[in-house]
Amino acid sequence: MINTIWFFMIFIGIVLSFIKGNTAAVMDASLKGAANAVELTIGLIGVMGVWCGVMKIAEKSGLTEAIGKIMHPFMRLIFPDIPKRHPAMGAIILNISSNILGLSNAATPFGIKAMEEMQKLNNNKDRATDSMVMFLVINSACIQIIPSTVISIRSSAGSKNPSEIIITTLIATAMAGLVGIISCKMLERYYE
Amino acid sequence: MFVLRNIAISATVYVMPIIIIFILIYGYLKDVKLYETFIEGAKEGLNVSIKILPYLVTMLFAISILRESGAIDMITDISGPLLKLLGIPPEVLPLAFMKPFSGGGSLGITADIISKYGPDSQIGRIASTMMGSTETIFYTMTVYYGAIGIKKMRHTLVCALIAHITGVIASCIICNIVFGV
Repeated sequence: MINTIWFFMIFIGIVLSFIKGNTAAVMDASLKGAANAVELTIGLIGVMGVWCGVMKIAEKSGLTEAIGKIMHPFMRLIFPDIPKRHPAMGAIILNISSNILGLSNAATPFGIKAMEEMQKLNNNKDRATDSMVMFLVINSACIQIIPSTVISIRSSAGSKNPSEIIITTLIATAMAGLVGIISCKMLERYYE
Repeated sequence: MFVLRNIAISATVYVMPIIIIFILIYGYLKDVKLYETFIEGAKEGLNVSIKILPYLVTMLFAISILRESGAIDMITDISGPLLKLLGIPPEVLPLAFMKPFSGGGSLGITADIISKYGPDSQIGRIASTMMGSTETIFYTMTVYYGAIGIKKMRHTLVCALIAHITGVIASCIICNIVFGV
């Protein structure tokens, strides 16, 4: 599926640029996008290094396992195929809590760690497991207590009450997350 | 409310150091070799970052073409009248379509909508809510699956888009209920 989507993203974009006559700008932007990927990665190396280092200490000290064990009753409902003492559980919880607290820098390394741990439980290394899909869908509807970026944009635009959108954002995210989780549970059996 | 917000925002500043110091103290008490273990983790972090790079280049290349060509604006124009029936104002549609692809792009659109219609207008509030309610799906998928070499993503995109659409519609409905039309 990703092959088809990727092809059509480029196909539609290039054909449209021929019609609109902005091909040069589009090609320029495409190369800038690729260069931007490198910049992003370089920035990521430092942040990943720090958080993976912290994460490793949490793992070796047994903290990840302990957190996983405490949260297991709740998590078992959403991720039934991850065993109780598995480090994947701790990494998932750390990822979700960083997202909630708005620490997006920390969320990515924890999330990748969680994916690596879930991959250890996977029999078919090319194919995503039910838990991996569930984890990604939860991540794509990230619940965040304080959407600080949006609040600061509103504040600088002269809003009388920049933070009034906190409640509405929370409700909207919670609904998106809930529907995402339910759709995952319903659709997982239909995808090979 | 204002004081409460300041407390909440300054609290987020302390979250990171508290997490770090807590993990370090716990590790120290459990006799973990902190320095060596941290380096071990940092090495893994480096490997993962480099592994992700080709996936990110491939995806951002395609996303940039799609974005710059004006395809997203065109989808917005075509689907506008239909989505208006669902209660989604056409002004926020570019944001709804951009969000799955690009975090920076959608932040730009949000800032644009807010400065154009005002932060305290209904459109401005809906855009703010929408911006905070979902993630950039394509980026997350690329990074997380790229890091472990998954090729068959199964129902990931379908479910993530279902969640995204729910977030978009919910933002409009909830803002209309909370702030009145």
